[in-house]
Amino acid sequence: MIAAIILVLVVSAVTFAIFFLVPKIGGQSTTQLATQYVGKDANPESIAAVKKNLGLDLPLYEQYWHFIKAIVMGANYKFGPDAAQCHRPCFGYSFKSHVEVWPQIKDRIPVTFSLAIGAAVIWVISGVVIGVISALKRGTIFDRLSMGVALAGVSLPIFFTGMVLLGLFSYKWTVWDNVQYHSFTSDPGQWAWNLVLPWISLAFLYSALYARLTRAGMLETMGEDYIRTARAKGLPERVVVGKHALRAALTPIVTIFGMDFGLLIGGAIITERVFSFQGVGAYAVQGVRDNDLPIVLGVTMVAATFIVLCNLVVDLLYAAIDPRVRYS
Amino acid sequence: MNSRKATAALALAMAMALGASACSSDSKDDKGGNKPSSGSSKAAKGTDAALTSIVNASDKKGGTVVMENSDVPDSLDPGNTYYGWVQNFSRLYARTLLTFKPAAGKDGLTVVPDLATGLGKASADAKTWTYTIRSGLKYDDGTPITTKDIKYAIERSNFAPEALSNGPTYFKSYLEGGDKYQGPYKDKNPNGIASIETPNDTTIVFHLAKPFADFDYLATFSQTAPVPQAKDDGAGYVKHIVSSGPYKFASYTEGAGATLVRNPQWSKANDPVRTALPDRYQIKFKVDAVTIDNNLLAGNTTVDSGGTGVTPQTQAKVTGPKYKSSTDDSYAGATAYMAINPKVKPFDNIECRKAVEYAIDKVSVQTAIGGSVKGDVATTLLPPTVNGYAKFDEFPTEGNKGDKAKAKDALTKCGHPNGFSVNMTARSDRPAEMAQATAVQNSLKQVGINASIKSYPAGKYFSNFAGVPSYVHEHQLGLMMTAWGADWPTGYGFLDQIVDGSAIKPSGGNNLQELNDPAINKALSDAISNTDAAARTKAWGDIDKMVVDTATVVPLIYRKNLLYRPDNATNVTVTQAYLGMYDYLLLSSSK
Amino acid sequence: MSTTDGSVPDSTPDSVPDGGPDRTPDGGTPGGGAVLRKDAPSAPGEPVLTVGPAPAGDGYLSVRDLRIHFDTDDGLVKSVDGLSFDLPRGRTLGIVGESGSGKSVTSLGIMGLHRTARARISGEVWLDGEELVSAHPDHVRRLRGRKMAMIFQDPLSAMHPYYTVGAQIVEAYRVHHKVSRKAATDRAVEMLDRVGIPEPKKRFRDYPHQFSGGMRQRAMIAMALVNNPELLIADEPTTALDVTVQAQILDLIRDLQKEFGSAVIMITHDLGVVAEVADDLLVMYAGRAVERGTAETLFTAPRHPYTWGLLGSMPRLDRERLDRLNPVKGTPPSLINVPSGCAFHPRCPYAALTGGAAETDVPELREVGPGHLAACHLADDESVRIWTEEIEPKL
Repeated sequence: MIAAIILVLVVSAVTFAIFFLVPKIGGQSTTQLATQYVGKDANPESIAAVKKNLGLDLPLYEQYWHFIKAIVMGANYKFGPDAAQCHRPCFGYSFKSHVEVWPQIKDRIPVTFSLAIGAAVIWVISGVVIGVISALKRGTIFDRLSMGVALAGVSLPIFFTGMVLLGLFSYKWTVWDNVQYHSFTSDPGQWAWNLVLPWISLAFLYSALYARLTRAGMLETMGEDYIRTARAKGLPERVVVGKHALRAALTPIVTIFGMDFGLLIGGAIITERVFSFQGVGAYAVQGVRDNDLPIVLGVTMVAATFIVLCNLVVDLLYAAIDPRVRYS
Repeated sequence: MNSRKATAALALAMAMALGASACSSDSKDDKGGNKPSSGSSKAAKGTDAALTSIVNASDKKGGTVVMENSDVPDSLDPGNTYYGWVQNFSRLYARTLLTFKPAAGKDGLTVVPDLATGLGKASADAKTWTYTIRSGLKYDDGTPITTKDIKYAIERSNFAPEALSNGPTYFKSYLEGGDKYQGPYKDKNPNGIASIETPNDTTIVFHLAKPFADFDYLATFSQTAPVPQAKDDGAGYVKHIVSSGPYKFASYTEGAGATLVRNPQWSKANDPVRTALPDRYQIKFKVDAVTIDNNLLAGNTTVDSGGTGVTPQTQAKVTGPKYKSSTDDSYAGATAYMAINPKVKPFDNIECRKAVEYAIDKVSVQTAIGGSVKGDVATTLLPPTVNGYAKFDEFPTEGNKGDKAKAKDALTKCGHPNGFSVNMTARSDRPAEMAQATAVQNSLKQVGINASIKSYPAGKYFSNFAGVPSYVHEHQLGLMMTAWGADWPTGYGFLDQIVDGSAIKPSGGNNLQELNDPAINKALSDAISNTDAAARTKAWGDIDKMVVDTATVVPLIYRKNLLYRPDNATNVTVTQAYLGMYDYLLLSSSK
Repeated sequence: MSTTDGSVPDSTPDSVPDGGPDRTPDGGTPGGGAVLRKDAPSAPGEPVLTVGPAPAGDGYLSVRDLRIHFDTDDGLVKSVDGLSFDLPRGRTLGIVGESGSGKSVTSLGIMGLHRTARARISGEVWLDGEELVSAHPDHVRRLRGRKMAMIFQDPLSAMHPYYTVGAQIVEAYRVHHKVSRKAATDRAVEMLDRVGIPEPKKRFRDYPHQFSGGMRQRAMIAMALVNNPELLIADEPTTALDVTVQAQILDLIRDLQKEFGSAVIMITHDLGVVAEVADDLLVMYAGRAVERGTAETLFTAPRHPYTWGLLGSMPRLDRERLDRLNPVKGTPPSLINVPSGCAFHPRCPYAALTGGAAETDVPELREVGPGHLAACHLADDESVRIWTEEIEPKL
């Protein structure tokens, strides 16, 4: 747990350093940085005011300290007539729009999470089922065909699949016109309906990947001694496969799934872009494009936290699945 | 092994075919612009019809206008925006003192009263401007609108860069004492800036430090939309904007979009400008540009709110026979030009600059950015839709294709008969600008001028590179690609920020050619003091010519945008006042 | 030997009575007509005596001309090529040979565990009057673990790492007996106790990796014996264990065999192992039997040079070996291109004494003594002489 916190801190420090130091090597001054956050009309007073208000006039270590302190203790900012309280965890305000970053990320997590969770259900089920059948029917037409499609699925970028789906179902036949995110709590039906295409295009890539992984894992497991033992006991083949082989074959899948899912929560950037969903990934892209450090930092830290959390869950799951891990 | 590869290839081919068919969209039903729409439609149809008339005219109330934008606005807060489309769009929920007439063609450049009862009453020296607003105006919460709120709105938008830094600061520049006032967030004096007087709730008087005859144009800025001080919390105001127009925010999600619904407190009787036909407006940000195009073609979306036209991919499609009649190729009110910096050798010699002027084949530049659809060859800085445009060509060449002989001649005169080497900058993430730069580079090479292109990201172009004179000098950036659109559609609104000596800034300036010619500076200030509109208009053309004569700018292209209007969009017309996009006060939807 | 069966309903899935050691063949179509074979050369249920030179006629298990070939990319691998033997109840048969001689393939073939499409199996395997090669796979599956069970070489890899030992034994029991989990648990604990695992109730909940090697093999045996199988195949059951544990496990198998009266096949490459437990021995080389007889005969008067080599590799504790006899020189033969004639001839030090027959003719398994068969071209007197004069003294 401590290690996780340190990891997230290191990630934030590195992001912070890269943001400031790399342009500095290129000769960018903090005034120039501030100029980017003033609109088209960059008069010196505006630049100075912005620079001071964003704290860009402080030494770097102090800026970083303020950033970390704000996360733990909250902070006060003044972007209006009165000072505004930024409650912890305060990831600061967008340099560009002066909008608080954390509520933004918080609002976007459900979008990305909805994307990820639905796609994950589809890709795990379809990937594992196809992979298992492929492994059991190794060398048959089904195996060759599904692995061929899987190869295509792995090779085809999400934006391509997404654009094809949109082209067919949104523009040509307008089955889904104007795909957009609806929150689950307000309208679960609309939520699911609008997520179908993104889910499919996201899941297509991953289920292809998982089908191949599952197939390889199953082939390996089916050659294990304990599978022979299970058969020697006279177990029906479906028990041998479903109980003995699948459980062992799925263990590495769980690990990879944890990583993949954690990464996705950090932003399904391309999918969000193709379907114009305002998720965490889209926010990160905006932050990077606008040189908006607090956004970049905030998303990075939240994403890192998710990945760390997912790995923690994977470790726990792993222990639940594999008793050898539990007892060692 | 082979069969496996074959399977994969087959799958790929199938996917490709699907994709291709999705793109070709060859459905049989005719979506051309010749179907009668609902309501009382007029005859105006066809290619470019919305440039001069209102297409699909209708007086039917109701419907939802769906807008999409490939980016996020700088802010929807009328006091914190510089974006042209937000100026256009914000008029739905933020009424200003004056505005541009929602009308087709040249009429759209006419300034008309909005909150005010008439245009500004100027003093003889054009330094004092008085406006009276209508009585009985109310916000969406039912509280009355007063001129104090307009004063406050101008204070917060011009004098509080620590919170609201996006918008222009013309009021700050022209108001008396504008350089000293610290803004309403720091200066807690309840009277605010002294040079804006509000003797009563319906009168507002501006006292300027210097004569400014274009003030009525400033009064069209969204910054003059009233903001009640009690509801203002600076940067956070955008989340709960108080409406003075026919629509109010039903929802707003930062960076994602907003929904506008009718504001029951608004009364048509008290608003001479707006028809307010649609029931709702839905606007989405950060929609992929190609997706927007496809949604437009499919009729899912009413308009691309950015108003900069379709993407190059879609352009090829909509210029085909099927869609052509639903397109409008409008002047964007902007000129793409190349600045020549006389502080970088050998451009200190005007003959060397002239050599560049003559050498460039502007037709090749036009071709490079996508042909006449994307713009016309420019010979002046002012584009044709800006008030004051005068046609001239100071460096004429045959068919605008460049004149090697004249260029060589100039080179000889400047002492570089065999040419020279020079750096040229462009914005790396603007494909059209990079294409322009390459075309210009080719032209220059013909006469022996070797230009090497340096590209910089658009976000830092002015703050760190081309807009920083010290950087320009140090790195010998002699030629700089840029483009400019008017802040308001007059010669002054266009030229002031790019040719006046005061526009040279240590960082973030737009006067890239570092032009600081006393004659030009004086001509500008003289003209803007002149209350005679006709004389003023003529002066802009003259100043434009003076600038071009210095051979520090090479006008390249009057930019055009290829707009697409879906069948279900009604009352569609291009407004010249807002960079050639559709007029969002008029635009309605039959859907 | 009755177990807790008193509480166990006697209704296995295919309603075959839970046969004890004294059960007689019941005519071959037990419990309602499972199809056994379509092209049986003789009536099902009659132990086959007619084919092959089987020494004893009424084996509980009879293998006739068993051939197990595998199609591979390199060619046809003849892992087992014409093997025949019989094994009655209560006897222990040791199958001995180097790795690759086909002994494990044989055992898996009997169990019906060669499932790949590339395996080609012919010949006959009769178990308690039923022919298994041609039987429906699902029928064979129902016999597996109930009538015939198997113990594997490495109990760590042979037990599923994710399930407790107890759960795996319970599963083995419940697949053949429709009993409650509780009853199965009791049975499993009882079996763990029987194979000598201390605190069986506690160890029941442990995972295989928590057992020591010997305990794990005991658990494996418990799992194999949970259904009172009449045929137990132990494939190198002690190879992965250290020497002292080896002895305990062998003792255990021997004790249990006496108690249950099962037929046991003990597969090993180590003659030392079978010396203690086997009644009969079968020596395999390149997929064929090269010598067969009682354990005593093969230890005292072996006739095949390969057997001599195996004996030479046997560690002797009782006396010092005079001079180290390199067991069998050379490498085991390719099963794709089996050497011509006697497959052993390239490695046989006495091949020259056969007058070239070893290189051309495949030697038949022939009777060289009462109940003693060998497949060797050496003349009987020659081979007896070599054994008594050259080999035996050096062992």
